[in-house]
Amino acid sequence: MALEVGSLVIRCRSIMPSVAKSIYTLYKHHPFQISPDFADFYVEVKAPANLRRWYRPQAEFLVDGERPFEPLPKDQAPALFEWGINWMVAASCHFWFTIHAASLERNGQVLILPAPPGSGKSTLCAALAFNGWRLFSDELTLLDIENMEAQACARPINLKNESIDIIRRFVTDAEWSPEVFDTLKGRVTHLAPPIDSVMKMRERAFPRWVVFPKYVADAEPSLTLRSKPQSCIDLAENALNYSILGETGFNLVTRLIDHCDCYDFIYSRLEDALLTFEQLAESEQLTRNGF
Amino acid sequence: MVCSLNTSLLLDVIQFPGNLRNLPLDSWDKLLRLARASNLIGRIAESVHDQNMLAFLPSKVRPHIIAARILSLHQRQAIQWEIRHLDDALRKLDIPKVLLKGAAYTINDLDAARGRLYGDVDLLVPRSHLAKAEAALMLKGWSVGNIDAYDQRYYRQWMHEIPPMIHCQRGSALDLHHNILPLTALNSPNIDLFFQNAIPSRVSGFAVLAHEDMVLHSAIHFFYESELRNGLRDLIDLNFLINQFLKEDQNFWTLLAERAYITGLSWPLLLAMSMLIDMLEMKVPENVYDNVKKAAKLDVLSRVLLPKIYLQALQSSHPLDNNFISAMSRFAIYIRGHYLRMPVKLLFPHLARKAVGRLIKANNRKK
Repeated sequence: MALEVGSLVIRCRSIMPSVAKSIYTLYKHHPFQISPDFADFYVEVKAPANLRRWYRPQAEFLVDGERPFEPLPKDQAPALFEWGINWMVAASCHFWFTIHAASLERNGQVLILPAPPGSGKSTLCAALAFNGWRLFSDELTLLDIENMEAQACARPINLKNESIDIIRRFVTDAEWSPEVFDTLKGRVTHLAPPIDSVMKMRERAFPRWVVFPKYVADAEPSLTLRSKPQSCIDLAENALNYSILGETGFNLVTRLIDHCDCYDFIYSRLEDALLTFEQLAESEQLTRNGF
Repeated sequence: MVCSLNTSLLLDVIQFPGNLRNLPLDSWDKLLRLARASNLIGRIAESVHDQNMLAFLPSKVRPHIIAARILSLHQRQAIQWEIRHLDDALRKLDIPKVLLKGAAYTINDLDAARGRLYGDVDLLVPRSHLAKAEAALMLKGWSVGNIDAYDQRYYRQWMHEIPPMIHCQRGSALDLHHNILPLTALNSPNIDLFFQNAIPSRVSGFAVLAHEDMVLHSAIHFFYESELRNGLRDLIDLNFLINQFLKEDQNFWTLLAERAYITGLSWPLLLAMSMLIDMLEMKVPENVYDNVKKAAKLDVLSRVLLPKIYLQALQSSHPLDNNFISAMSRFAIYIRGHYLRMPVKLLFPHLARKAVGRLIKANNRKK
């Protein structure tokens, strides 16, 4: 079976029921093809062919027969599928500038949230995606290297540890894949993207804001302008194929930062965050309409 | 048909890039998969670029070709950058420094370098200066990573290179060789012959092997490997090297055969020629082929069977082409590669020790 994820066609194979079930839950609304003439990638999640089939079973991720990383315990198989696809996009899709960042769209303009792990990026992204923003991606922001347009893929949102409980309370009508315990990242699960984001996943848009979020316990929300040169450096650090793209990568980063408003955002409550980003989007709308 | 349809398609479009035109979408699908698995996708991207075909490709294919070219150009640049760092680290050492394989093709801008994807840089220095070279490299940040005492000894006592050195900041890998074949190998050639004929490269301070030796080295590499992951790429390397050197010197075949005789490497050359003839329809002058065949002194069985086994194994382990015969052939080559590298009395203890080591490691990980 081949899943259509954004503009990619990914042919997936797995005989593991847990993987099939998780794909069904998380990609319920994505289009799929039975046997397309062309697929961008061929992936498979399966048990490695060794004695471990019987003793502490494992699962491995294969891209067209190659195993890019070590197998994980079998119960992590559904998450492995998601991580494997992330790896694959980062390792071979150099027709995009890939940034380790969430991205969402509103009124035809894209917000990019680059951040190191633990800054609450995915939590914030999940909250926004279910409250007026269209999800492009929670993990990998993809910009066309020619015209800098952001590409949506509406993939599931990866949540960890306490974030899972927070978002479960915050978003009540969503679909979740089963939780996986004791991974390298702790307790992990994936949240299915909102239907609307999936339906519109082929609509691209241009980046408008680059915001570096930071969760600080009990902090009052504060959105402050940040220096453009520093933003260039920080964004390049979050880019996954910056050095591979060479000069193109450098030009893209500088153009992107030139074109976008850059902010630091500190927050502790998701409600504050929603309000802040709403104001950001609406003020832009007002300026554009000539008020 | 000597190889599977898919492999033939790949070899065909690499030799005759014009055939990429009007390729149906489902053939592109197979082509890209195989090319990616055999590390030849950069080569395809170069061909598309040369033929100015990018705009005419199916829209699903175009991005992958763009990405492949970006990657191969980046790797090429990265190799050159790495060589500058090597020069900086080794400049003060007045010893022969010979770049091998991909690094050599790149530095001298050979056809074989175009679109090639690389793993590491290979550098050959005389064994007597090995310690000095290693020390100089360590001063500039390269080091042999965390490997156990047994592996250290395996490399240092038996192999033709020290364990791979990794640069602590750039993460780039360097294979420092003192020979082109393991010390324990059957028919290990006299390495001095290769140093004597080495020629200056385009970057001062570094040499590359003479043209004939470059071809011989590529051929040996092919047959002494126990895994043919890059087998098709190595075959394509050979093809481009020979064709380019023939263009520069019509006499190249004769020179090559003579050099193989002097260095005692007629047998890998013979096998390489058979494969090139079978798979790429290369034209080898009959008298050259006969001379090499005589000098190679291979028994009939090896002469007939070996190329067939390699041919099967070369179909790559890719899911598109994998079958029982190719899997068996790969297994045979795995054994043969090891057998050629080490005498049996060293080989069995080595493989046994590796197997036990893996078990212990797996056990520790479980705890």
